[in-house]
Amino acid sequence: MTLKQARNLAFTGLVLIAAAIWTFPLYWALTTSLRSENRNVSDAGWLLDELNFGAFREILGNSKLPMWYLNSVGTSGIITLIVLVTGMMCAYALSQLRFPGRRLLYLVVVGSFMVPVPALYVAQFVLMNDLGLVNTWWGIILPQLVVPVVIIVYKQFFDAIPKEMREAVVLDGGGEFTLLFKLYLPLNWGITAALAIITFITAWNNFFWPFLVVTSEDMMTIPVGITQVNDAFGVAYARVMALALLAAAPVIIGYLIFQKRVTEAVMISAGVKG
Amino acid sequence: MLTPKRRRRERRAAFLMIAPFLFIFTAFFLYPTYSVIALSFTDAPLIGEGNWVGLANYTKLLGDRLFHTSLWNNFYFVLLTVIPTTVIAMLIALAVSKLKGRMQALVLTLFFLPYVLPVSVVTMIWSWMLDFQFGILQPVIAAITGKPVPVFKNPYWVMPMIAVVTVWWTNGFNVLLLIAGLRNIPADLYEAASLDGATPWQRFWRVTWPLLWPVTALVLTLQLILQLKLFDQVYLLSNGGPFNRSYVVLMQMYREAFQLNHGGYASAIAMVLFLFIVVLSVLQFQLLRLGGRK
Repeated sequence: MTLKQARNLAFTGLVLIAAAIWTFPLYWALTTSLRSENRNVSDAGWLLDELNFGAFREILGNSKLPMWYLNSVGTSGIITLIVLVTGMMCAYALSQLRFPGRRLLYLVVVGSFMVPVPALYVAQFVLMNDLGLVNTWWGIILPQLVVPVVIIVYKQFFDAIPKEMREAVVLDGGGEFTLLFKLYLPLNWGITAALAIITFITAWNNFFWPFLVVTSEDMMTIPVGITQVNDAFGVAYARVMALALLAAAPVIIGYLIFQKRVTEAVMISAGVKG
Repeated sequence: MLTPKRRRRERRAAFLMIAPFLFIFTAFFLYPTYSVIALSFTDAPLIGEGNWVGLANYTKLLGDRLFHTSLWNNFYFVLLTVIPTTVIAMLIALAVSKLKGRMQALVLTLFFLPYVLPVSVVTMIWSWMLDFQFGILQPVIAAITGKPVPVFKNPYWVMPMIAVVTVWWTNGFNVLLLIAGLRNIPADLYEAASLDGATPWQRFWRVTWPLLWPVTALVLTLQLILQLKLFDQVYLLSNGGPFNRSYVVLMQMYREAFQLNHGGYASAIAMVLFLFIVVLSVLQFQLLRLGGRK
């Protein structure tokens, strides 16, 4: 082994150790959740030395977690679907069609980036209350439907498609909707998947808004619901960590499966190409 | 040339396509923007009508000690997070970009993972790790200060620890952006620098740093805006305490609106934050443009 190889190996080792330290909180949550409550507050060591699934069993059996899963999946799924469909249509019009007010619309979309959404929460709550949507899925969903970045990203990708490709569809008598759904969308499945995942994760993880608009436990989403259980348990670390891990599992698994898409989406939506 | 008939069809298609977004945008974004501005000039409760009071809410804010505290804490939190997280992210990005293939993918995954977690999961895990009696990090704290510290109940520890938790949570995003930036730097520039006998240190400051600057500036801007919107972690970890030492602007907006039933006053607080962030975004955008021209 040459000196250079040895140095490379040492460097890789150091970075791995740093990454392991960075991930330690998750490891520790897992270890805690697999121990009995007593051991967590007495002689717990650093190693995973017990596989006690009691905490997980109790959480799944005795909490409203399944219901919160349903609320989170439902609201985040609907948000993702509506944001993508309305976003791609608007982006297509901005990119490919001429109509009065096009420039203005684009400026407004770009400008709305700067608005800090939590500053609107008071007014949005009043609106949801007027519409009778407090403590409902639609109350959670509606204010989360404005995601300008989706339009901006789609527009960039639609702009890049050569105009000649339109001709074949137009000659077959296809209108603008056919063009979008038969040509532009299929050419952009990759970016659509990336935007869908990042929109879903963002909606899933939103805490502040669902926390304001939902007060009944049955309507809560995962991030809000788990804070209720936390309060109710008092000192019960294995159960609290089991709950945290069960709440995080869908996004962790989703991220691990769709890693490349998530990375792509983060880079593209920040306007940086990887 | 387009015939008038085709042009009409194009317009009709365009309006059909923008209509759904435009409706959502107007109803749930533009209208609330208008009404938060309007509310801020009234003494309205959260739900119900109020009277026009002109600038009274704003003049009251000027003299509101709690609001001064909140603004200061927001500013303090920005100091504690924005530059540190950018520096840490850059170190990680430089290290990760030196690795190859699967090893690089694995390390990047580990560093990015916390970013996808819901905030309440993050705060639950850290509350446990920093638990006064049984937290695994208390021996570390005791080694530094000589005794365990209930960090979220201690006025000096509370903000720095919320900053640590926040950096751990959100840093992966910055790492990704910086790695993308590093990949965009042409490799032959490094080769040329090496041929000229540049040390790694010189290569960083002469090649990497200037070429990465646009992305670094972007990370700094996004962090500044993000960290000014601090609420979730504070609410979940310390609830603004102790002695208001972690009380921030959005915390005050929340309390005024949803606990004290002062919709008008809360709207004025929201407007101040709103203006702060818009002004900062515009300033930063201009600075970035100037930087890009050089």
